[in-house]
Amino acid sequence: MNFQISVGGFIAVYIFMITAFAGWIIIGRVPAILHTPLMSGSNFVHGIVVVGGLFTLLNAATPSDRFIGFVAVLLGAGNVAGGFAVTQRMLAMFRPSKPRAKHRKARH
Amino acid sequence: MLVTLSQLFIGTVDLIAAFLLMFGLWRMASPVTAPAGILVAGVGMAAAIAASFLYVFTVDAAAKPHLVLNSALALAALIIGAGIAWWSGRRVAITAMPQAVALFNGMGGGAAGAIAAAELLGNRAHGATQLVVTLLGALIGAVSLSGSIIAWAKLDRILKQPLRLPGLQIFNAAVLLAAIGLGGYIVMLAGAGTVVPPATEDLIWIFFGVALLYGILMTLPIGGADMPVVISVYNAFTGLAVGLEGFVLQNPALMIAGMLVGAAGLLLTLLMAKSMNRSVARILFSSFGATKKHRQGAIKGSLKPVQASDAGIFMRYAKSVIIIPGYGLAAAQGQGKLYDFVKQLIAAGVHVRFAIHPVAGRMPGQMDVLLAEAGVPYDLIVQLADVNADFSTTDVALVIGANDVVNPDARTDKGSPIYGMPILNADQAKKCYVIKRGEGKGYAGIVNPLFYAPDTYMVYGDAAAVCVEMSEAVRGLGASAAAA
Repeated sequence: MNFQISVGGFIAVYIFMITAFAGWIIIGRVPAILHTPLMSGSNFVHGIVVVGGLFTLLNAATPSDRFIGFVAVLLGAGNVAGGFAVTQRMLAMFRPSKPRAKHRKARH
Repeated sequence: MLVTLSQLFIGTVDLIAAFLLMFGLWRMASPVTAPAGILVAGVGMAAAIAASFLYVFTVDAAAKPHLVLNSALALAALIIGAGIAWWSGRRVAITAMPQAVALFNGMGGGAAGAIAAAELLGNRAHGATQLVVTLLGALIGAVSLSGSIIAWAKLDRILKQPLRLPGLQIFNAAVLLAAIGLGGYIVMLAGAGTVVPPATEDLIWIFFGVALLYGILMTLPIGGADMPVVISVYNAFTGLAVGLEGFVLQNPALMIAGMLVGAAGLLLTLLMAKSMNRSVARILFSSFGATKKHRQGAIKGSLKPVQASDAGIFMRYAKSVIIIPGYGLAAAQGQGKLYDFVKQLIAAGVHVRFAIHPVAGRMPGQMDVLLAEAGVPYDLIVQLADVNADFSTTDVALVIGANDVVNPDARTDKGSPIYGMPILNADQAKKCYVIKRGEGKGYAGIVNPLFYAPDTYMVYGDAAAVCVEMSEAVRGLGASAAAA
């Protein structure tokens, strides 16, 4: 058995198309009041690039490859951690007039 | 066997991660479910990152001897990068959120660009399609990296003035064309089979240099009030770059997450542009101040200054107040003081709401976050479309640090640069108070006839200080009533 993933040209275009539609619908539901957390949240989501960085670094055979891979992981990890920290902090601030106990989680 | 198992495991985890990331964003549809949503997405991300270490069982033969070193470096990079970003993300002030988002976004673009660089320099692309996609991702990622850094510098007030030189746009176009031409040349060299690594290596570095330069030049002329659009554009760019590099690395999780963000960024960009009544192209490729000078008709009426305390007391006895906060409130850090005043009004039975214009602040929704930070419950915050009809039945519209978003010229004056922009109808309220630092103009540099209207009164001063004065006046009222 072989579980190597292979995405050919047209399949890739199909994936991109369907995802773009899904993204449009998912994001279209978000109310304007949450647009800043949405932006930092989607910022966090593209931090998955760190997975690609890890792949590159682990496959590095030359010093220059290694350096570039290291930079990719460093930046990607920053994107993930920073995006998450900032988004979670902002979302924790949104509270209704009559706070319900379960949304009154302590910050940090 | 180990290779197959690792591939199976990584594939499964990435699939689940992609689902969780999408589901997390889906939960952002309401402030009630959003905090759980980001946690769900976080779990997916953590799982995907942890699973990537299984790549050690699948690496190329050439990388095998370096496996220990590479793994150690990977762990170090993860810990250092995540540690620093987490530490700063936890500490950054809420008013500085746009800068932080720009910076973290640039990091993602840089990571995508770096992956592309490794693919290009290692000559790993299979066929022209992959090479073209790699280069395209590299270009977009690099532009996003350098552009986001300039956006960060502008938002952080390190760069204060937008750079406007005659002919800059033509020069920028030439730089972009040069980057595309270089990319095309690299593809041609590869297609002809004459890949001499040292020569193409130099070309690849020049290509990245030109792309980075374009990101800088493209962002420098853009003014502060256009930042919401710029940030969403670069967010979409990074998403796109990540998606394209995901294709190159044959990783559908990256493709899906990247394209998801690309779509999100595009949607927000169009939304922002619509709220400013300007096309995205005009925001990115021309500068606001450079638009034609507009001769404004003579303004009737005069500016009528009043004391903050009088304004505060008047609102205390009003039935309904709609507050329109703008960037000036954020700049004065006055949101907490404002909410103190609002709490007194609410306690006195006044119906108070906050009306937010879509482009108020320096990124989409920034004012909402600032108010939330001050403790304002989200059900008091209403958006333009939901509140605009209510102004005519409202006693007081209180404008704080906002200007162009309440300029009635946008409705009536066809020659005005902001004509057609949706505005908050503060002029239709029975009375309007405007808190402003001075008599200056708004970002668009045009006079606002609202300020001269018969029922508009100006309160001059720092937004935070004025809010304190208004609070004290209302509190003093309560005290004297109790004494009597």
